Amino acid sequence: MRNDVFKPSTLLFLGALAVFAIVVTIMAGQGMVSTSFVKTLGKTLCLCLAAIAMDVIWGYTGILSLGHMAFFGLGGYMIGMWLMYARTETLVAPGLAAQPLPPTEGEVRDAIGSQIFGVVGSSDFPMIWMFADSLVLQLALVVLVPSLLALVFGWLAFRSRVTGVYLSILTQAMTLALALYLFQNDSGLRGNNGLSGLQNIPGFEDVPQSTLSLSFFWASAFALAAGYLLFAWVVSGRMGSVLRAIRDDEQRVRFLGYQVEHYKLFAFVLTAAVTGIAGALYYPQAGIINPAEIAPIASIYLAVWVAIGGRGRLYGAAIGAAVVSLLSSWFTGGAAPNIALGDYAIRWTDWWLVLLGVSFVCVTLFAPKGIGGLVDLLQRRLPVDRTGDFGPDKGSKRAEETAQ
Amino acid sequence: MRAFLIAFLCCVLSPVMAAAQDLQTVLQRYAEEVESPGRQTVGVVIDDLLAAELPTAPAFLGYWQDRQIVRNQDDGLFYRAGEREGETLELIDLDSGEVAMAVPTASVTEVRPNGGVRRELGAALVRFQLADPDPAVRRSALASIARSPDPDQIAPLDASIADEPDAAIRDEKVRLRNILAARFGDTPEIRVEAIRNLGGSIAPISRAALAQILSTTEVVTQGDPDGNVARLLDVGRDLTRVEAYARLVDAGLVPPRVSDTDIRNALIANIAEGTVGGWAVTELDTVAARRAAYVALEAEGVVPPFITEEEIEAALSDHTIALVYNEDDPAITQAAEQTLAGIDRRVAASNGADLAIDAVSLASIYFLAAIGLAITFGVMGVINMAHGEFIMIGAYTGYVVQQYVPDYTLSLIIALPLAFVVAAAAGVALERLVIRHLYHRPLETLLATFGISIALQQLAKNIFGTQARPLTAPGWLDGQWVMNEIIGVSYIRVAIFVLALLFLGLLLFILNRTRLGLEVRAVTQNPGMAASMGIDPDKINMATFALGSGIAGIAGVAIGLYGQVTSEMGANYIVQSFMTVVVGGVGNVWGTLAGAGLIGMLQKGIESFNPSNTLAAQTFMILFIIIFIQFRPRGIVALKGRAAGD
Repeated sequence: MRNDVFKPSTLLFLGALAVFAIVVTIMAGQGMVSTSFVKTLGKTLCLCLAAIAMDVIWGYTGILSLGHMAFFGLGGYMIGMWLMYARTETLVAPGLAAQPLPPTEGEVRDAIGSQIFGVVGSSDFPMIWMFADSLVLQLALVVLVPSLLALVFGWLAFRSRVTGVYLSILTQAMTLALALYLFQNDSGLRGNNGLSGLQNIPGFEDVPQSTLSLSFFWASAFALAAGYLLFAWVVSGRMGSVLRAIRDDEQRVRFLGYQVEHYKLFAFVLTAAVTGIAGALYYPQAGIINPAEIAPIASIYLAVWVAIGGRGRLYGAAIGAAVVSLLSSWFTGGAAPNIALGDYAIRWTDWWLVLLGVSFVCVTLFAPKGIGGLVDLLQRRLPVDRTGDFGPDKGSKRAEETAQ
Repeated sequence: MRAFLIAFLCCVLSPVMAAAQDLQTVLQRYAEEVESPGRQTVGVVIDDLLAAELPTAPAFLGYWQDRQIVRNQDDGLFYRAGEREGETLELIDLDSGEVAMAVPTASVTEVRPNGGVRRELGAALVRFQLADPDPAVRRSALASIARSPDPDQIAPLDASIADEPDAAIRDEKVRLRNILAARFGDTPEIRVEAIRNLGGSIAPISRAALAQILSTTEVVTQGDPDGNVARLLDVGRDLTRVEAYARLVDAGLVPPRVSDTDIRNALIANIAEGTVGGWAVTELDTVAARRAAYVALEAEGVVPPFITEEEIEAALSDHTIALVYNEDDPAITQAAEQTLAGIDRRVAASNGADLAIDAVSLASIYFLAAIGLAITFGVMGVINMAHGEFIMIGAYTGYVVQQYVPDYTLSLIIALPLAFVVAAAAGVALERLVIRHLYHRPLETLLATFGISIALQQLAKNIFGTQARPLTAPGWLDGQWVMNEIIGVSYIRVAIFVLALLFLGLLLFILNRTRLGLEVRAVTQNPGMAASMGIDPDKINMATFALGSGIAGIAGVAIGLYGQVTSEMGANYIVQSFMTVVVGGVGNVWGTLAGAGLIGMLQKGIESFNPSNTLAAQTFMILFIIIFIQFRPRGIVALKGRAAGD
């Protein structure tokens, strides 16, 4: 029963998510929460979606990917290209219509191009903007581009049996390379400036931001629910068993006749695609995307969220991402009260990272199951668990992880 | 009257006093020319001044040029203007250099040479300066000749070469003489020989002179071009078709091309009642429609004719665009071409050597940064993400030492061991408190040490602030070791290289020749077996971690000297360090050396293709490493046996 898609924890999570969404909607309607806070919550839901994808690849399959935020960022860039193109098109349209001659297609493209790329000293559309005028194609790219990158990278890495910390470093190198590439002005994605003004949705100029932010909040909630169900289904049944077996002893699974590389590749690509979708929902709420979002540190934070929330359980990852990212914005936003220590006052904007780092170390040392471990403590009184949990245990010993 | 008398006396006495004459005497002989010099007349004065070989003459020429010379109307003598106080002016004697008197400003005439005269004076001054005993003056004279080359300077330059005591300056003089002769020589033979003589050096100045001789002008002709043709420009390779056609238009040989923008403007200008050329304005939203409307206008004769692609093609094939040398003599340009090609080859070789030195220098930094990581990774199988922060700790230790010990040499001597001790202590603390408990969970070690890393970074920010702190190198490390005009390497880089060599030797010694090294190697190869043989893995782990972290601290001081000390400096090197370890292979000093060498070489090599774009270089380097790992998943130097886990 434990491996069922609709196990109690799934239903509980979905229920809680629904209640949360409804409460936030009502509170927003009453004006009790601000538009920007609704956006923060919507973004947090997207991060939760990325975190459960991370949990599937790390907590269930045992691949510590330090590059999943690259897929997140790519998803954001793909949707951002359409948002920016379509919005700039509406911006330049009045100017062009005022001309004595009706504009040709080339003139429209040039006008949009010089508007978008003027900041990097160019006006030509690079090849990668070929489909930017089509929402449908860009939406397809949101899924296809991260999947393709994951497929190529994963195929290369898994084929040559790069595992353990080597793989982690390699994924980190991948995201670093992508970030450095995008930082260049001639990368075609406006370099360091990134894509901006994404919060303005073309075609919905008259809709107030409060409505838009609630719509995105709901879209994020639905995406999270759908993602949760998808991953709950993936990690249940035979597929889930094989993935966990790969985590615990890859060699043995291979000897049992499974194509380990195929399973790993499947998990890697699927999580990359879902992370890309999460990014595509995140950045219209954030309003701006630039290459710094893809820097290796972002992916490490993703791993930290999952670790604090509790690996090997989807709700743990989601809770970890929500708690840590909300706490982080609370502390760094200056809202947390300072602690006066005589001559020195601890300002949380300065000390939050120290607190996060130390508490993260403590979680790793003393509570390897993370926040999700609390659930186990509560469940102690319930019937004995005979199948064992999926958290880190002897299955992640050094020998098993490095020796393949 | 008195002036005349003195002048007369001088004239009479001058043959007698020739050996002992002073500056004033010579000046008085040409008093008129000195007081209001003209470009032609001043030459005589200068020649006589030179002939007299007076020690004060160069200084006088300088003052003259700077308009500091005045003539006292009372005695008719020349003086240098001194301090001006209200209406009185101090006069300084030209020969003794002492204040002679103070007179009202009204009684002196200022000598004001015009621009042409001052140039003449400057040229004469250069002649003095070329023979000046002070090398710095001679160098500045050469620089001023190089700035404004002039055929007149060939002779004095030639004359000063033989007596030049300093070999480097003599070389410079010879080179400059050749440059002048190459450009202004009287006969083609002299010029060709001078050009050939320039081939020996790669100084930018010789290359600039040759490039000047080889300067070209673009010429558009029908048929073959006249003159000393450098080469014909190929449409499609050297020029685009549009550019080439624009050249023909500029030469007035063909009518201008009508661009899409021109069509648009012409159409707009001819809109009448919503139509233009028989087309409704609203229909003109394609390029084809606009062209058709334009052709219709052309038929009405109101716009210039549209130039079709065929016409452009025909015009281009009819005409030749050529680069023609400004120098008419083919023998000279040919010699210059050959010499320049020879110089370019030598420059390329020097550039290659410079690049190699840069790569070695970068590799030694990476080696220092990565070797500690490689040892701990090899022995304990854990990746220490906080390794970069140990580098930072070492650098900040150096910075703090410099705050207390102002002598940079002494502070460096204190800082190096202290950085080792502080970083090693931090490493041991990390090992005892965190890593020890996570030995069997390497992925979690990676993340836990990352937690330490962000906490340490933020702590450093809180203590030292966000701005970069300087770590000043001692004076003897300033400057460059210059091998020629292109190859140069700063002494700090040399010092880092030496430091890296030192640690390479030290580590090889420790690992291969000591008991500790033996035990470390045993634990690296097989921890279980080593423990069975009575080696305490716990102790070894601690010692290894202390050693690895300590070296990171030293690397921090080195990197701080070379760059700056910031809280992010470790993070900037950590990914490269990982790459170095992964590429080189784990747990082996030679592997790390190979990895650092490969990565340093790659980074500099890729950068040299496009020096302005270091981001692209880093991107390609990482891509290369990702692909490299496909073929050697265990690095260049892979461990054999059970430790490799195969």
